[in-house]
Amino acid sequence: MNIQVDLTESNNVLEGFIRGEIDAHTAPVLREKLETYQSHQGLKAELDLSDVNYMDSTGLGVFVAFYKSVNANGGHVKLKGLSARLKRLFDITGLGDIMDIESAGKGGN
Amino acid sequence: MSQEIEVQYKEILEEYTKKQTEQNLYVGQNFSRQLILENIAPEEVISMHKAAIQELHGELPDVVWHSFDFLIEMMINYGLALQERQSLLKQQEELKVEMDLAANVQETLLKTKLPVLEGLDIGLLSIPARKMNGDYIYFVSDHDGYAGVAVADVIGKGLPAALCMSMIKFGMDSLNSSHALPKDVLGVINRIVEKSVDDSMFVSMFYSNYDAKQARLTYGSAGHEPAILYRARDKEFSELFAKGLLLGVSPAAVYEEHTVDLEKGDLVIMMTDGVTEGRNDDGFIEREVIYELIERKKKEPAQTIVQYVYDELERMQSAQFQDDFTLVIYKKV
Repeated sequence: MNIQVDLTESNNVLEGFIRGEIDAHTAPVLREKLETYQSHQGLKAELDLSDVNYMDSTGLGVFVAFYKSVNANGGHVKLKGLSARLKRLFDITGLGDIMDIESAGKGGN
Repeated sequence: MSQEIEVQYKEILEEYTKKQTEQNLYVGQNFSRQLILENIAPEEVISMHKAAIQELHGELPDVVWHSFDFLIEMMINYGLALQERQSLLKQQEELKVEMDLAANVQETLLKTKLPVLEGLDIGLLSIPARKMNGDYIYFVSDHDGYAGVAVADVIGKGLPAALCMSMIKFGMDSLNSSHALPKDVLGVINRIVEKSVDDSMFVSMFYSNYDAKQARLTYGSAGHEPAILYRARDKEFSELFAKGLLLGVSPAAVYEEHTVDLEKGDLVIMMTDGVTEGRNDDGFIEREVIYELIERKKKEPAQTIVQYVYDELERMQSAQFQDDFTLVIYKKV
């Protein structure tokens, strides 16, 4: 079980690629990396999840915490490349309605 | 350090310096274990070594004695690290005792009584993956033909999750009514959770209210895995979906509710994602597999179905559930 998180930030735009599995074991890694940026004022974050093959509720918690924090600081979070399984997770939890998410191979949500 | 130990050490050392056999070394290894058990610090071992050498070979260049003194200094911090380790082990033991106590408190807190309702057979199983259960199930019943049930999953595990559950329980108790509607129950608990927990902790919850007289189930969901409805007449499964955000994300969240009338042989299956998110070597265990398991035992009492689903899923995952498992089945009889 592993995860790879690549984040690059310039001019308050954060681009991220996440690969692997996001579960109780790997979520702390992701949380720690995102926490570095979440309090930047007006951050525009775009995270690509196309290579995330599994995510459980712990992973969801990491994204929600990040979303809440970025939003509170006047920024925006977009998640893209969601597989059907991930999309379902966001839809069931109601997060799909409040967060900016985009499925894999589609132009929008 | 006792004189006995010093004498023993000197003997073992003397034997080794004379013969240097494997057997001598083996004796030395066992002796060092005994030293650790008796809490003898590394620097004390070197002092003992120095004293033994002095007795055995008094005439050695000063540089050798000085080097021992230096080595003793070098070992002092190792001795402290060893002490620290022992105190950590003790603390860990204490924490374990506290966790056991907390798990007991949680068990008492989570105790819920299955309601007795005319024409409804209820099966229930909730099994934690670790010591503390992150799933919560609670029945509200007034013996007046109505019963509410909450099936919740706290995202975030262990002790904080258990504390969060006590909030849910008190939220439900404060409503104190088996007639309470899902949208109201979820709304109240959402506000409690939103105010009280940190940003990365959330709760998903399915709440339903059953009216035995009309065999009517009213349900709502706060970001929870949809319940499943099995219609005996059509022999078909469908999801009971209701829109609603996870509890604790936004104070402004509003919750939908829907109703469904049950007929004889119908099943309502409520669960947490520990049931649906199972994985084995071939990948995910799909929902259809769960449908099939339920279909096979649909004629049996609800508790038998629940136990069968658990046993089969456990077998498929080689007895390794990654997540807490909670399954409730209502069967209209």
